[in-house]
Amino acid sequence: MTGLSHASDERPPIVIEGLANRFGDFTVHENLDLTVRRGEILGVVGGSGSGKSVLMRSIIGLQRPSAGRIDVLGHTITELDLEQGVGVRRRWGVLFQGGALFSTLTVGENVEVPLKKYYPEISTELRAEIARYKVILSGLPESAVAKFPSELSGGMRKRAGLARALALDPELLFLDEPTAGLDPIGAANFDRLTRELKETLGLTVFLITHDLDTLYEICDRVAVIADKRIVAVGTIPELIATGHPWIEEYFNGPRGRAARESHARAAG
Amino acid sequence: MQEAAQYSLVEDGAGGPRLELSGTLTLRAIGALERDLQALSGPIAAVDLTAVSEIDTVGAWVVCRLAREHQADITGASAAAERLLGAVRGIDATCDMRPARLPVWERVPVALGEKVYASRAGLYGVVGFLGQILIGAASLLRNPGRFPIRGLVHQMELVGVTALPIIGLMSFLIGIVIAQQGSVQLEQFGAEALTVNLVGRITLRELGVLMTAIMVAGRSGSAFAAQLGTMKLTEEIDAMRTIGISPIEVLVIPRILAATFMMVLLGFYASVVAIVGGAVVGELELGIPFWTFLSRIQEVVPEHDLWVGLIKAPVFGLIVALAGCYNGLQVRGNSEEVGRRTTMAVVSAIFTVIVLDAFFAVFFTEIGWG
Repeated sequence: MTGLSHASDERPPIVIEGLANRFGDFTVHENLDLTVRRGEILGVVGGSGSGKSVLMRSIIGLQRPSAGRIDVLGHTITELDLEQGVGVRRRWGVLFQGGALFSTLTVGENVEVPLKKYYPEISTELRAEIARYKVILSGLPESAVAKFPSELSGGMRKRAGLARALALDPELLFLDEPTAGLDPIGAANFDRLTRELKETLGLTVFLITHDLDTLYEICDRVAVIADKRIVAVGTIPELIATGHPWIEEYFNGPRGRAARESHARAAG
Repeated sequence: MQEAAQYSLVEDGAGGPRLELSGTLTLRAIGALERDLQALSGPIAAVDLTAVSEIDTVGAWVVCRLAREHQADITGASAAAERLLGAVRGIDATCDMRPARLPVWERVPVALGEKVYASRAGLYGVVGFLGQILIGAASLLRNPGRFPIRGLVHQMELVGVTALPIIGLMSFLIGIVIAQQGSVQLEQFGAEALTVNLVGRITLRELGVLMTAIMVAGRSGSAFAAQLGTMKLTEEIDAMRTIGISPIEVLVIPRILAATFMMVLLGFYASVVAIVGGAVVGELELGIPFWTFLSRIQEVVPEHDLWVGLIKAPVFGLIVALAGCYNGLQVRGNSEEVGRRTTMAVVSAIFTVIVLDAFFAVFFTEIGWG
């Protein structure tokens, strides 16, 4: 929400302790710990299949962990009953990889869905107005409001998904590979938008990404998943200083170096 | 509990009344307040946010809108509130949530016209599809090594073998119903012995094949459409074309051959099971022993009844498979389209089968196979 709200609530919005996820004999996470600080953009990186999406699904309660404890916004997700679940669910927004828009509804109606579900007392006109300004805040033109998802390009669909994720003015925003599949210009614009929204709305952002530019440009801290757990959390220089072989390869590979140099040029 | 959002009008003489907002101005608390604010009439010179404890973009939007409508100033906003106000201030969108719809007197003729054009395109599409199949079949004949024998066997199993239980049960019950209901009527003329003729002729000529075709359309025609449609959506079919594999040869021809061939076997099987069902009723209800019933069938059913059924069966199978594959390959766009095309495949297949069945009935009677 805003800097004004929750000033008293200084607990970290996400605390994960000893998380384990197993599918049959296959272990994705084992003894995973992670704390997300209020008001930061935390990037989560890891190789393909290292369980980044499973981690996000565990946090938002789509995947019941085999062991461990996850606290989100002061509630223990693993022990929530349905009613409490509703209370905490409306304080976060999720952008899925492909946007996951409801294909039979227009973009505007997609944004209205969570509003209708959680706040039926809001008048129809105000609801439509909220949907419209959220769509525009997400960087889409006004004409996109009445379009169906099938009429949008991939990048526009992600922005529409973001508008829906922001519908309830969440405190916490989950983004699953928001820049994947976007052209570099679109990706940079999306990064800038994420940063702006975070600053204006005072969001905490949990961001899964493969995009090194995104990590350098907008993430306050980066968490690395390897060997079934979080091996390091920190700023990128801190991560490189740990000397972990995977991190070494990730940030000092050709792409990692290129992203660092371009970031240094932009900053200098 | 959080403090509810409230407002009060303060008259302090400086150019008009001042609206003081207080409490939490967030999505969670704003529902009732917003209605009251909308109903406010009369001039407001300023909107004061000093007493607001919490605000989000929705609160900021409502404040901005109020200020715009009354040309009021916004005062007392905290830094955070100012940021939010800045984010929503410039936005003035009034577009509709749905694309505009034409009035009904224009919409109906337009939809009708589009349907006419679509049916013309559909006709071209079907003819083109048949042509593609012929070309595919010809190229397979020239290169028999390319023939997708594994796909054919797999489809034959799916269309034929796995359908045996459900088609058997259906036919058995149909045989029972025909024998039982038929005997009740024939009894009135003292002719219940003719139940054998009734069951034997109607199942071999008509119902065995017709009901099987309807069942195959529901089971396999829909599956063809959904499979091919999904492959179209996931660009699998485009990938095949790029590599130089013809989807018609690899996907469509095995399905068509499998459905055509298996329909003959399934139709015959269905007729036999229905006759067995009739014989069971004969044994239990009519006092005709089971084996006598079956041997009577041989005497009273002319051989051409069997041929009528067996000639119709492959034609029906062909139609079901063509409708399924054609509609599957027509899928464009989204997942909703897969469902629409699957429905269309089943409906058009069953409709065509029934219409053709009527033609066949007349035709075979005319050539003396009555």
